[in-house]
Amino acid sequence: MSASGWIEIAIYVAVLTALTPVIGGYLAGVFEGRVAFLGAVERPLYRLLRVDPQGGQSWRAYARTVLVFSALCFVVLYAILRTQTIHPFNPQEMSSGTWDVSFNTAASFVTNTNWQFYGGETTMTYFSQMAGLAVQNFVSAGVGIAVLIAVIRGFAARSGSSLGVFWVDFTRAILYVLLPISIVGALFLVSQGVIQNLSAYASFSTLAGGEQTLALGPVASQEIIKVLGTNGGGFFNVNAAMPFENPSGVTNFFLMLMILLIPAGLTATFGRMVGSRRQGWTLYVAMLLMFSVAVAVVYVAEANGSPAQQLAGIEGGNLEGKETRFGIGSSALFSAITTVASSGAVNAAFDSLTGIGGLVPMASLSTGEVIFGGVGSGLYGMLLFVLLAVFLGGLMVGRTPEFLGKKIEQREIKLVAIGTLAVPFLVLACTAFVIGTPINAPSVYNPGPQGFSETFYAYLSQANNNGSAFAGFTGYSQPNGTNEGASGISWADGLGGVAMLLGRFGPLLVALAVAGSLAGKRVSPAGPGTMRTDTGTFVTLLVAAIGLVALLTFVPAFLLGPVVQGLSDQLF
Amino acid sequence: MTDPSSRSRFDPATLRPALLDAVKKVDPRVQFRNPVMFVVEVGALITTIAWLVQLFGGEPIGGGTQTTSSSGTGESDPAWFAFTVAVWLWLTVVFANLAESLAEGRGKAQAASLRAMRTETTATLRDGSAKSANDLARGDVVVVVAGEAIPGDGTVVEGIASVDEAAITGESAPVIREAGGDRSAVTGGTRVLSDRIVVEITQEPGQSFLDRMIALVEGSSRRRTPNEIALNILLAGLTIIFLVAVVTLRPFAEYAGTDVSVVTLIALLVALIPTTIGALLSAIGIAGMDRLVRRNVLALSGRSVEASGDVDVLLLDKTGTITLGNRQAAAFVPMPGVSETDLAEAAQMSSLADETPEGRSIVVLAKQYGIREHAFAGEHQPEFVPFTAQTRMSGIDYDGTRLRKGAGDAVIRWVGEEGGQTPPELSAELDRVSRRGATPLAVARDSQVLGVIELRDVVKEGMRQRFDQLRAMGIRTVMVTGDNQLTAAKIAEEAGVDDFLAEATPEAKLALIKEQQATGRLVAMTGDGTNDAPALAQSDVGVAMNTGTQAAREAGNMVDLDSNPTKLIEIVEVGKQLLITRGALTTFSIANDVAKYFAILPAIFAATYAVGGSATGPLDRLNVMDLGTPESAIISAIVFNALIIPLLVPLALRGVRYRAMGATALLRRNLLVYGLGGLIAPFVGIKLIDLVVHNLLGA
Repeated sequence: MSASGWIEIAIYVAVLTALTPVIGGYLAGVFEGRVAFLGAVERPLYRLLRVDPQGGQSWRAYARTVLVFSALCFVVLYAILRTQTIHPFNPQEMSSGTWDVSFNTAASFVTNTNWQFYGGETTMTYFSQMAGLAVQNFVSAGVGIAVLIAVIRGFAARSGSSLGVFWVDFTRAILYVLLPISIVGALFLVSQGVIQNLSAYASFSTLAGGEQTLALGPVASQEIIKVLGTNGGGFFNVNAAMPFENPSGVTNFFLMLMILLIPAGLTATFGRMVGSRRQGWTLYVAMLLMFSVAVAVVYVAEANGSPAQQLAGIEGGNLEGKETRFGIGSSALFSAITTVASSGAVNAAFDSLTGIGGLVPMASLSTGEVIFGGVGSGLYGMLLFVLLAVFLGGLMVGRTPEFLGKKIEQREIKLVAIGTLAVPFLVLACTAFVIGTPINAPSVYNPGPQGFSETFYAYLSQANNNGSAFAGFTGYSQPNGTNEGASGISWADGLGGVAMLLGRFGPLLVALAVAGSLAGKRVSPAGPGTMRTDTGTFVTLLVAAIGLVALLTFVPAFLLGPVVQGLSDQLF
Repeated sequence: MTDPSSRSRFDPATLRPALLDAVKKVDPRVQFRNPVMFVVEVGALITTIAWLVQLFGGEPIGGGTQTTSSSGTGESDPAWFAFTVAVWLWLTVVFANLAESLAEGRGKAQAASLRAMRTETTATLRDGSAKSANDLARGDVVVVVAGEAIPGDGTVVEGIASVDEAAITGESAPVIREAGGDRSAVTGGTRVLSDRIVVEITQEPGQSFLDRMIALVEGSSRRRTPNEIALNILLAGLTIIFLVAVVTLRPFAEYAGTDVSVVTLIALLVALIPTTIGALLSAIGIAGMDRLVRRNVLALSGRSVEASGDVDVLLLDKTGTITLGNRQAAAFVPMPGVSETDLAEAAQMSSLADETPEGRSIVVLAKQYGIREHAFAGEHQPEFVPFTAQTRMSGIDYDGTRLRKGAGDAVIRWVGEEGGQTPPELSAELDRVSRRGATPLAVARDSQVLGVIELRDVVKEGMRQRFDQLRAMGIRTVMVTGDNQLTAAKIAEEAGVDDFLAEATPEAKLALIKEQQATGRLVAMTGDGTNDAPALAQSDVGVAMNTGTQAAREAGNMVDLDSNPTKLIEIVEVGKQLLITRGALTTFSIANDVAKYFAILPAIFAATYAVGGSATGPLDRLNVMDLGTPESAIISAIVFNALIIPLLVPLALRGVRYRAMGATALLRRNLLVYGLGGLIAPFVGIKLIDLVVHNLLGA
């Protein structure tokens, strides 16, 4: 641990906190229609789509539109990945993806997961990267934001059951938020040395006389939306540890900031749209609190190294799998950020974290990606937990539970139970299936607790739409791999793809249904007898509810993976 | 009803039938309604079978034979382990049933005594024919004379009688029931003590008040309330996810080279699912209803009990609720040139024949001036002038002197007709008294105005504190009165209510309720008259007085047998207490899981990844409670899980104590007690049990 490490963490938190109300206020303005300087672009679009921007959709109609649109995106992306041989911008003459990896990848990018069973620079054409993956980076983030805005409208509604119009919300999310920030951000990244070209890979002879290929490509344009949209799928296989993606400490800080910018800002948007900025800050504080614990634990754990390293007399912490350009502090911060947000961009190898350090990304994911989480999806997931906390705490003040004046009743609690427990269910079921059946053995790379962690993490990450990996667990045939043609690979691709789709659209539909149900409810005014949901006590309750309901189900898995390693000086 | 609190719930007489009942309820068809306990029962069954198989030499079901056992000792679980777990799982089910049976017990006893009242009676119809009471239908008209039981619920259409309603209300003093007005309702099963009344039956056969009351106290008609159902859904959800967590643990453990027996997995599952609240949930609901019954309130729907916790606005009638029934003379204000004693004497004499409470209070006040009651000599027999709506005065004529007291303007007119002068101070004084929220009466002797009597509403003692408490709970109180604005405002201020509705008509009351509800507030009120019925029906919690009319009793969703309008406040407290108890025990139950994990998981994984010939692996270090052996750890957790249920039964039945304080303070307090307490208590409990199980019993 070093002072500079802690200082960087403190500065990061300060800057994020300062930007939250700014970006949040802007987003509220965009979605309440007050910011409309691009009307000239919007209006023809709506005419083309035959959408009435003043109209309203019920939650069912809104959900139907999201599903149909996402299905369409899925089909297009799958088609692109399967037809690489006819692509323009294919200087390396990449071949098309196989059906299983393509299915997994299409599911991955449509769901804002960006789980990568493929190696970017070794399999993807520039066209696939730009027209396929980068486009989905924008689209899936836009869908997430749009759905959250609809959900907020349901919470805030005073009358009626309309949640807004999906096409309008989506268009505005892209046009006013993601595109402008991405353009400016990409230019900034280029100025800092991130590459942007369509050239063939460069070959050169190393000093040692060997022949080396240097992968190139349109990186900056993809890098910025990768972080801004909490997508996380790197242009290159090693993600943000690659100098062409992340050349300096400045860009590293910038990328980290961009990851949490929108998820944090949306808490302020929520506060403004429901008419209580304090309520927005309460959610922000709850998220920040859990995030701070995550950062601190992973930093301390990495700085101290594992018991095995200590036994071997290695000092200076665990530097395995870390970019020495960034060091332990920056890597710890990045790891916590990318896993609390459902980003998955990485600048260090999670696989090489110490046991306890590795527990942090797992625990962050296990909350269901609600600590900031993905753009939009994080907050609507958090709102489900808020309702759960309200339901438990509300009873303890002697009233039937209510949030923002609306009663939480059977229908809501049924949905909340499904929404908060379905993903843990999915993760456990998938992991058990993979760990317990021989058919999946080819995918499980390592033995012992490490192999368990890798496998568990693969499904934790996919079902929670994070996309970061603990390495090891394999879903594609490695170029010189030993698992070529193994049927387990298709299983891993298929199961993972299904997990991502269910993990994305399950909670999404539940959140919309909750919003639809709340939208029509009578609002009872708050009094001294009403449980306040914007106090420190409520933050405690909320964090406890997340801890008890989300984390408890995963304790056995934590024990058998990272905790074993954290408590043992043996190497497995 | 006899005071049930005099009998403990836990004396043998109550406990024995409850225990019997608890064992009977082990029937899976009964348990199926409660998903949490049903899972426990299935677990108990499987564990028992596992034990039997092991006992008769079979291979232990589902593992325990391979490399390492759940106990981490390298041997399979001993048979006594399965046996002990099975016994405690069955006990868990029985304890849960016992909680419910104890809660139902009181009601059952009460229902039995009520049923005894419902003896076969023959009703006499008005035309003289006889009909069995059971066959009476709505609209039948029956005659009941002294000594007979009233055959069914109805309205007195003719006559007046004193009725003994002790059977229903527990009040031994007879009450008067008469045709017309607000005292016309009679209840089947009560007994006419004197006179004869004609009653029109208002109930359908089998749906009498008594029938409903029996069904209610017995709990047979108890339907789960909306919030209870919602909570049950959440508990079922948690049960399912923990089921998945436990089922998947087996392949996870196998991958790590540890074989976990089915018995251990079931023990873990039962420890994790929210059995504490699952076991006590229905008892909490029944006990809540029971607490109302003990306060002589019958909630005709469980929903209304929950709603009473949510009430935002209380409409309280001024008269009888906030103030003592009647206005009382508070001061004599003489006109210039008249002595106070003179005025007091005149006031007293003019009120001698006035039997109204106001009149009597004037006589009482006059006594403070040393004025005794006059004895009138024979020849000067006084003539009393009664109050009429036309004159709006009453008084007395004697010895040629004429005394009058009455409304200010009426007295002024009378004095004018007598040829007298009204002193200019009079109207000013009348005004001043009115503005104080009191009612002025003027007193005149012949043509001279003597002064003013101030009649004041007397606010009941302790009302202000009550309203302060309600305010702290977040409940607004609105006083409803027929008085004018000025009077109402004063009394409202004196009593400390938040708002008032003056010159209230039934329509205005109804409008006020609707207006409050439109802003999302829940409204509670009490009422007794027929004209209260629409407002009672509209309000979210409508408490009808048992003395009220049949229409009012049918419109409300609760009936107060004591007919005490202040009861509303207690009802709100019971409602809140019910919800708090539910929330507190749920929180406690879920928070317990942390300690149970710390007991059971290190036990299961004690030997996992052990290296270098060591008997224990890295995860053994998580045995922070230092529990003796893996077996004793698992058993201790299960025993704690079972014993906590009967330990919490008294709390579930009594309810968590409710304090009138703001919601934030209340939440913080309950979170601390039941959340943090729930986190810590099982660590202590499990450790203590382990000391017994391991150190004393050698497990």
